[in-house]
Amino acid sequence: MAKRIDVSGLSAFYGAHKAIDDISMTVEPRSVTAFIGPSGCGKSTFLRTLNRMHEVTPGGRVEGKVLLDDENLYGPGVDPVSVRRTVGMVFQRPNPFPTMSIYENVVAGVRLNGGRLRKAELDAVVEKSLKGANLWKEVKDRLNKPGAGLSGGQQQRLCIARAIAVEPQVLLMDEPCSALDPISTLAIEDLIGELKERFTIVIVTHNMQQAARVSDRTAFFNLAGVGQPGKLVEIDDTERIFSNPSVQATEDYISGRFG
Amino acid sequence: MDITPATAATPPPLPGGSQPAPAEQSKAAARAGDRIFLALSRGSGILLLVIMAAIAVFLTVRAASALSHNEGNFFTTFEWNANANPPVFGIAVLAFGTIVSSLIAMLIAVPVAIGIALFISHYAPRKLAAPLSYVIDLLAAVPSIVYGLWGALFLVPHLTGLYGWLNDYLGWTGIFAYHDGAARSLFTIGILLAIMILPIVTSVSREVFLQAPKMHEEAALALGATRWEVIRMSVLPFGRSGIISASMLGLGRALGETMAVATVLSPSFEIGKSLLDPGGGTFAQNIASSFKESGEIGKDALIASGLVLFVLTLLVNGAARMIIARRKEYTA
Repeated sequence: MAKRIDVSGLSAFYGAHKAIDDISMTVEPRSVTAFIGPSGCGKSTFLRTLNRMHEVTPGGRVEGKVLLDDENLYGPGVDPVSVRRTVGMVFQRPNPFPTMSIYENVVAGVRLNGGRLRKAELDAVVEKSLKGANLWKEVKDRLNKPGAGLSGGQQQRLCIARAIAVEPQVLLMDEPCSALDPISTLAIEDLIGELKERFTIVIVTHNMQQAARVSDRTAFFNLAGVGQPGKLVEIDDTERIFSNPSVQATEDYISGRFG
Repeated sequence: MDITPATAATPPPLPGGSQPAPAEQSKAAARAGDRIFLALSRGSGILLLVIMAAIAVFLTVRAASALSHNEGNFFTTFEWNANANPPVFGIAVLAFGTIVSSLIAMLIAVPVAIGIALFISHYAPRKLAAPLSYVIDLLAAVPSIVYGLWGALFLVPHLTGLYGWLNDYLGWTGIFAYHDGAARSLFTIGILLAIMILPIVTSVSREVFLQAPKMHEEAALALGATRWEVIRMSVLPFGRSGIISASMLGLGRALGETMAVATVLSPSFEIGKSLLDPGGGTFAQNIASSFKESGEIGKDALIASGLVLFVLTLLVNGAARMIIARRKEYTA
C-alpha cells in the first residue's frame, strides 16, 4: 500500500520564475510529514510536484527527481494521469463535485480507474471509504443526496473518502483544515492519525500546533526574500523541530519571531 | 504539545452610541443619486413589461380580426391565400418548416459549438484561443442577408453532391430521398441556420466553460482523470444550464431568421415527404415574402402567423427555464 517518497534536486518554475529550489528529502511510508513555513515559501508548490499537479498550472515546469519507491514520477514515458492515480490529493477548500451525490462523489475516482465495477463492489467501496473517512455514520442514510449539501467539515471528509477510495499509495493534503471550524479540524486531525496506518501522508499546514499534533516528521520551508525561490531549511522529527531545531530560522519561525 | 483550537476571542461589546441610528440609515438611502438610480432601474423594468404587453396586445387584436375572416382552418390548412375572397390560410406548412429547419440547425450546430467552445476554453494553446474566439464572434457580425446570398449562390449549387450521397445511403428512410433539382429545401435551410447560430451558441458556451471552477477541475485531475474526463466530470455538469441557455438563444435566432431563409428557399405550401424536397416555408420567411403584396386582411393574417411564432418562442424559452430549474438542486 504505502510507498516511500524520495525527492532529489527538485526545482519548480512558473514560467521563468523559480518557485522552489533544489529540494531533496525522504518521506517514510506510513508516516505523516508536515510542511510548514511562511506564505509564498513554496510548500504548496512542492506538494503539487509530488503528484505532478504543478505542471497543470500554465507555465508550470519541474526539474529533478521524485522516486516513489523506485519509480521516478518524472521519468520519460511516465503518464501524469497514472501518477495522480497513485498519489491522491485533498485540497484547501472542500471540493466535492456539486452535480454528484455523496455516493457518486466517493466512486468518482474508482469509476475512472477501475472502469466498470458491479453495483455490489461499488457499494462496498463506498462503505469502506466513508468509514475510513469517519463519515459513514453521518451520511449512510442519504447517500443519494448531493455532496454539496453537507457541512464544510463533512465535505472535506467526503473529499478524503473520494481520495482514499482509489487506494492510493500516498495522500497529499494541502492545508485541508484551513477552511474549517475547530471541531471539524479536530475530526480531520483524528482521521489523519488513523489514515497513516494505511497511507503515506504529506500535509501542508499554516497551523503549527496542527503540525505538532498530527505529524511524525516536519519540514520547514523558507525563502530568502520576495521573488527568491523557496528552499527547504530542514526536515527532522517533529518533536525535535519543535523543541530543539538545528537551524536558528526554524526556531525563530516556530516561536513566532517572524512569518 | 497542548491542543488549543485557535478560536477568535469574542470581540468586546461596542461602546454605546457607535452603532448608526436608524434615522441616519434612512437618510442615507434617500440621497439623490440613490433615488435617481432607483427610478431609472424601476422604470426600465416597467418599460420592458409595457413593451412586451404592447406587442402581445397588438398581435392578438390584429390576428383576431384576420382569423374571424378565415374560411380555412388556421392550424391545418395547407395554403396561404389570405388576399383571396374569401380568404383561406393556415399555418401548418409554416409551423412544420420553421420547427424542422430549426431542429436540423440545432442538431448540427449545438454539438459543433460545444466542441469549438471546449477547444477554445480547455484544449487550445492561449495563442490560438484568442484569435479563434475572435473569428467566431466575427461570424455573428455578418448580416443575415449576406448569409442568404452565400447560401443561395454557393451552398445551394454545392450541396447537390451531399444530397446524392445522403440519398444513396439514407434514401431508404424516405426523409433523405432526393430527386434531382435545386437544393432549396428545409435541409439546406437547416445547414445555413446552423452556421448562423454557431457563433452565439459557441461564445455563450465558451464563457460558461471558462467559468467552470478551477477547484472542481483540480479535484478531477487529482483523482487521475484525463483531460476529457475532467471536462466530463467538472466542466460539462457545471456548464449544463449554460449550454441550454446558449442553445435556446440559438434556437430563438433560428426560429425567427428571415432574410437568409427567404433568399434560399423556394417557398411552396406543401409538406414534402423528404427533407431534401425543395419547398416549404417558415413563419418569418412567409411574412417577409408576402407582406408587400398583402391587403388589409392579408397583413392581419401574417400578423396572426407572427403571433404563433411569438408564442412558440415563449414556449421554447419556458421549456428551457424549466430544464434549468429542475437541475437547481445540483448547481451549487
